[in-house]
Amino acid sequence: MENLLEIEKIHCGYEGHDVVDDFDLSLAPGTMISLLGPSGCGKTTVLRAIAGFEPVSSGKIHLDGRTVSSPKIRVSPERRRVGMVFQDYALFPHLDIAANIAFGLPRESAAEKKRITDRMLELVGMEGFAHRYPDELSGGQQQRVAVARALAPEPRLLLLDEPFSNLDTELRERLAIDVRDMLKEQNMAAIFVTHDQNEAFVMGDRTGVIHNGRILQFDTAFNLYHEPANRFVADFIGHGRFLQGEMLGPDKVQTRLGILHGNRAYPWDKGTKVDILLRPDDVLIDEDSPIRCFIQEKAFRGADTMYTVGMNIDSELLSLMPSRFDYKVGDEVGIEIDIDHLVLFRHQS
Amino acid sequence: MQESILDPRSEPDNNRLAGFLPRKPNKWHYTSGALALLVAVPLLVVFSGWLKPETEIWSHLADTILDQLVINTIKLVVGVGIGVVILGVSLAWLTARCEFPGRKWFDWLLMLPMAMPAYVLAFVAIGLLDFSGPVQTALRTWAGTSNIWFPEIRSTGGLITVMVIAFYPYVYMMARTAFITQGRSTLEAARMLGAGSYGVFWRIALPMARPAIAAGTTLALMETLADFGTVATFNYDTFTTAIYQAWFGFFSLQAASQLASILLLLVFVSLMLEKSSRSKSKYHDSMRSGEPPRLHLSGWRGWTVSGLLALLFLIAFLAPFIQLCLWSIEVITTDFDERYLGLLGHTLLLGALAATVTVIAGMVLGFARRFQPDRTTLVTTSLATLGYALPGSVLAVGIMVAASGFDNGINNLFESIGLDMPGQILGGSLLALVLAYVIRFMAVAFGPIETVLSRIRPSLPEAARSLGATSSQTLKAIYLPLLRPGLMTGLLLVMVDTMKEMPATLLMRPFGWDTLAVRIYEMTSEGEWERAALPAITLVFAGLIPVVLLTRRSLKRLK
Repeated sequence: MENLLEIEKIHCGYEGHDVVDDFDLSLAPGTMISLLGPSGCGKTTVLRAIAGFEPVSSGKIHLDGRTVSSPKIRVSPERRRVGMVFQDYALFPHLDIAANIAFGLPRESAAEKKRITDRMLELVGMEGFAHRYPDELSGGQQQRVAVARALAPEPRLLLLDEPFSNLDTELRERLAIDVRDMLKEQNMAAIFVTHDQNEAFVMGDRTGVIHNGRILQFDTAFNLYHEPANRFVADFIGHGRFLQGEMLGPDKVQTRLGILHGNRAYPWDKGTKVDILLRPDDVLIDEDSPIRCFIQEKAFRGADTMYTVGMNIDSELLSLMPSRFDYKVGDEVGIEIDIDHLVLFRHQS
Repeated sequence: MQESILDPRSEPDNNRLAGFLPRKPNKWHYTSGALALLVAVPLLVVFSGWLKPETEIWSHLADTILDQLVINTIKLVVGVGIGVVILGVSLAWLTARCEFPGRKWFDWLLMLPMAMPAYVLAFVAIGLLDFSGPVQTALRTWAGTSNIWFPEIRSTGGLITVMVIAFYPYVYMMARTAFITQGRSTLEAARMLGAGSYGVFWRIALPMARPAIAAGTTLALMETLADFGTVATFNYDTFTTAIYQAWFGFFSLQAASQLASILLLLVFVSLMLEKSSRSKSKYHDSMRSGEPPRLHLSGWRGWTVSGLLALLFLIAFLAPFIQLCLWSIEVITTDFDERYLGLLGHTLLLGALAATVTVIAGMVLGFARRFQPDRTTLVTTSLATLGYALPGSVLAVGIMVAASGFDNGINNLFESIGLDMPGQILGGSLLALVLAYVIRFMAVAFGPIETVLSRIRPSLPEAARSLGATSSQTLKAIYLPLLRPGLMTGLLLVMVDTMKEMPATLLMRPFGWDTLAVRIYEMTSEGEWERAALPAITLVFAGLIPVVLLTRRSLKRLK
């Protein structure tokens, strides 16, 4: 199938300072992806380049097979049929909600405008708000209107730039699920930019982790967590600590906590120094285990508790335990590693 | 990239670090550059007066009055400067940080003197307090003797007092805003560290408000240096009156521009002083942590303050206002005639014309700064809004010299190709006068427009673009409606300022274009206070509109 969006090795930024560096991405119709990264990683710049607000200094962006951005071509934003939902919602304060939503429909008849506006308000669950003004709405309501407004002209692609970051945590999660369901219902292709991995995993079928203007890994949430392609992704997604070890065989590593077996082979020589990624759910506290450590920190999180356990002065592990086990800081405990596939990186001294 | 909003094909802005001249000038550079030239040309022309000095008149002036002019001007500037700072800052402190009976009323009542042009206050003061005026007459009747002491109003002290009363609102307004926005936490921190309430004032609040006080004082001194009507009423010789004499007495634009250039130097010196006093103090409003607490002045102390402020309001606004009303009623049957209506019509027409052109130009400057935020546009827009510092008489000289140069050039050209000479084109034309207003009041229009423009988040026009609106549709559907309050404020302010403007109008008005301000000058220069009252009260009412509207708005915003 022809891709809706094709980004070929684009660079954006000022002279000598690329904010986006050799960036590739493609998107099939009807799919939703997330771009995830720390602030300043260039993810918003990518979005703005797709929308047409940011020039590219090299590379190309194609939409439906037509080049819309290159160093020589720059199709203006209004001619791209790409919708955008802004971080600050960007509702027009001098227009009421109905007029905001109908803004992208200048050529429709009044009756048609009203029909589409009503349908959009219904879609986002804001019936009855047509004649309110943006400043009379709460943040979450404004966000729904912003989505409705962006969808009204039926863009071929919707871009969402940190759309939930100004909302409080609880509302954020619910709205993310709502918006995803709305977009899926419309079979809308969408790119969602965020620094919050939970949001990214809710919104995107797949997620691209971005660092220094490049995509480091583009994958499902499960794989990003369990099969990180590199150290940055391993660090950035979820919690975890690295444990040093030495290769004994393709799937065997000697560590201070004993020999660990995995279900996949690495091509490194015996004796290679490696770091093993240990997620908190790989480390179990077991009173009877001969490997003894101390509880250094604990963070109660409701259903479970995250313990930081120290093995000696210079290394520590995280352990996630159901919260009915209640250890105290300073307690001596035993730990056991329960891991079936090993994620290894060559050790960097 | 903000400039892409109107011009999607414009290049990324790489000029920030480059020198002053842009590598690839675009329409914003050209338009803001052209507006900057409007200011620069009269300035250069004034200084070029020295290239071909009119030695005869000049040496006459230098021998007879020049030192007196300089001394007079310095006396005036020092006196008014000290006066507005003391009065403005103490009033601001009282209404911003203290609580006393009637405080909420005084908040805005103390702004009303702003509506009264200084030259109006001047002639009312003389009319009221002169030997033959109603106050001294009443005193003599009451004392039963004609031998009582009364301060001479027609004196340097009297003039300074009138100007302080007319110009203190600039300092009051800016210092008050500064005191209110200082935020609770800074002051509470000072209290926690052991400073008493006097210590807080002298060591925290006053130094933090210093940039605002300096800015307000500079505005007041600009007005003082630019003033013509007040000093003329008091027969006090300054550069502005000397320029007027050189122009209308000796008919020498050359000598006028030499005088103008000295006045301009004085203006630049005070601007420089303000800048240097501000450079080291970059204070930001601390995070808004609520309005600072007020010191409650209870009992007799509160009532004393209220009484003093009421007295000040009486002197600065109420009494002159009532006197103007009385005089107007005296003459209304004879003076409210076609001639008055003609003056009013011209004044309104000039005001509307100047306001429209200035606001459009101010909007262009605002957009230039927004869409092309590089050093070039920063410099050109700053230069284009420098006109507020140019006294009206200086501006008039500069424009008239430039205009007559232009006219001569055209006439010579026509003569050389054998055509009839067209005579004066720019010189003495309405266009030249409107140009003077536009230059002088550009900053007045630019300020509110820029404030509103800076509050339009870039995402709004971008949202419009992503919804299919072209750049011109975005301008019409997003920018103009959102800019409306700023445009309206600009229109109102420039219109009223133009209506009140005296020196440039006096010097440049085309034949038959007398305004209310011109009439006031003519009547007061003959001592006919009553007959100046009707045009004066008209200007006061016009001046009240923006003062009341804007004061109410800013009070609302501060809440």
